Amino acid sequence: MSASPELQREMLRQMQTIRRFEERASDDYQSGAIYGVVHCYIGEEAVAVGVCSALKDGDQIISNHRGHGHCIAKGADLNRMMAELYGREDGFCKGKGGSMHIADFSIGMLGANGIVGGGLSIITGAGLAAQMDGDGGVAVGFFGDGASNAGSFHESLNIAASWKLPVIYVCEHNSWAANTAATMTHGAADVAGRAAGYGMPGIVVDGNDVVAVYDAATQAIARARAGEGPTLLECKTYRHRNHTERPGAVDPRPASEIAAWVARDPIPMLLEQLKQQQGQFSDAEFQAMDDEILAQIEASVAFAEASPFPAPESALDDVFAD
Amino acid sequence: MREISYARAGMEAVTEEMNRDPKTIHLATDAPPAMVEEFGAARVRATPIAENAFSGIAIGAAGSGYRPIVNWSMVTFSFVAMDQIVNQASKIHYMFGGQQTFPIVFRSSVGGGTNLAAQHSQSPYSMFMNLAGLKMILPSTPYDMKGLLKSAIRDNNPVLSFESTRLMGVKGEVPEDDYTIPLGVADVKRTGSDITVVALAWLVHEALAAAEVMEKEGVSVEVVDPRTLYPMDNDTIRASVQKTGRLVIADEAGPTAGASAEIAALVTEDATTFAAMKAPLCRVCALQVPIPYSPGLEDHVFPNRHRIIAGIREVMSAG
Repeated sequence: MSASPELQREMLRQMQTIRRFEERASDDYQSGAIYGVVHCYIGEEAVAVGVCSALKDGDQIISNHRGHGHCIAKGADLNRMMAELYGREDGFCKGKGGSMHIADFSIGMLGANGIVGGGLSIITGAGLAAQMDGDGGVAVGFFGDGASNAGSFHESLNIAASWKLPVIYVCEHNSWAANTAATMTHGAADVAGRAAGYGMPGIVVDGNDVVAVYDAATQAIARARAGEGPTLLECKTYRHRNHTERPGAVDPRPASEIAAWVARDPIPMLLEQLKQQQGQFSDAEFQAMDDEILAQIEASVAFAEASPFPAPESALDDVFAD
Repeated sequence: MREISYARAGMEAVTEEMNRDPKTIHLATDAPPAMVEEFGAARVRATPIAENAFSGIAIGAAGSGYRPIVNWSMVTFSFVAMDQIVNQASKIHYMFGGQQTFPIVFRSSVGGGTNLAAQHSQSPYSMFMNLAGLKMILPSTPYDMKGLLKSAIRDNNPVLSFESTRLMGVKGEVPEDDYTIPLGVADVKRTGSDITVVALAWLVHEALAAAEVMEKEGVSVEVVDPRTLYPMDNDTIRASVQKTGRLVIADEAGPTAGASAEIAALVTEDATTFAAMKAPLCRVCALQVPIPYSPGLEDHVFPNRHRIIAGIREVMSAG
């Protein structure tokens, strides 16, 4: 069953929330309030939202270096997210992780990860735990086409298929591994084709069509919950921004390629679909939704600014658990 | 008391803890049939030879409420999983602000003496000591093996269990009853008054043999076994050196940036201990080369009781 109009509106709201969060994160990174590095998810929102909308509470996800979108789609609190980016005490990681290690374990978001491919085996382990728990939970690993060339991808998918683990491997194929084109590093256009070699379904979907992503994820998740094993779900998408928000970094991607994908921006695409569904949505309603989102983002920044920096000596805390 | 081997003690620790806690699971490239029979194939998993993945799977399962015991077999294979150990396991509790605990034991054999040549004769624990976020044990007796490994399995952090290849068949007294040895507590294996030998794993036995010889020459040797490399029991080591004023450190690893270097530093940077020292310390370690295959070459490279004796004599004659 496909997404109801109500769910589509909710998905639109989440996608726009990610968009506005990322715009603000980039701005505040440029102004110096956010440190280190920020990787924006703008343009890829339909993947995180489409997949996470098909999950239940208790299901677990893991992210990569571009993790804000996954965190928001899984339902993380924007205030604590922004506080983490600001390096503050009330951030999810008490200021120890920042953008690249954003995580909220309480909602099953097992963290962003600075190592490309690093989270794939960890989420496979979460899938093993879900299988052993036996209550129908699933685990979802988000990664890019770059990670699909790492050994951990091969090792993890092979084990998951061998053990029929309830894991959905979501490849966000944006055609660029940092600054290197997939055409230079992949012998085949589709990563999903590799799934056959592991003994699992490999599905290619338009990653900018949130309803298509949701439908494909729903099927893969149902399969996993039924004990039939993992799926490799490849979502073709694109990041509108450079690899990172670092000022002065050269974007090697052709302008025509970027423009073609921006013209297929997943948010206007969904908005258009909703407007075409008679009486489901209007520009005014979207404007009101966006105003509400912008107010939430503003509130998250206020929350972050009000949160103290962690005491320097707290750097010694949490090396080990009790 | 009954005597069992070092290897058997390790196996008992694992099976008893798996009986004690149904959340413990076992991951290794082979599943021991007796364990599969006792605990079932769901908890005792035979993995593909894919250390990176099954080490990461252990992290994910640990973060989801399980207590994995991973057996890499030889420490050599840990290097295939280095991303998961270094970038993930050691940092995952800290960098996420302590949101979740990750109780995992990674077992592996270390050391040489069995003509397995360079790759399979390594003692790389100091590489891991240099990270923050991993605990590590290095037992020298069956008793210590069982007690420490049980503590490691019950600990809520990643713990590396380094187990000496040379000691696998060595027998010793191990009680039938459940017991644990806390991590971070050294053991004085022999008391003495003239010189301290801090020895690791197999070299504890060589140091005890050296102490017997030296006793006949009128030199009283104290042998201290740290047992846990992280956290290191600085107090016991320093107290011993403060008492004897002399120190030899014996390690099957090479000396450069090794555990022996760490022990030397923790002794000499402590003002009270340094003031009590009567002579420069001496390290008796493997030569700083990859371990060679041929018996004569291998013997030449590794430390042993004779080199410990030579080290003791050198320190005794220096002051």
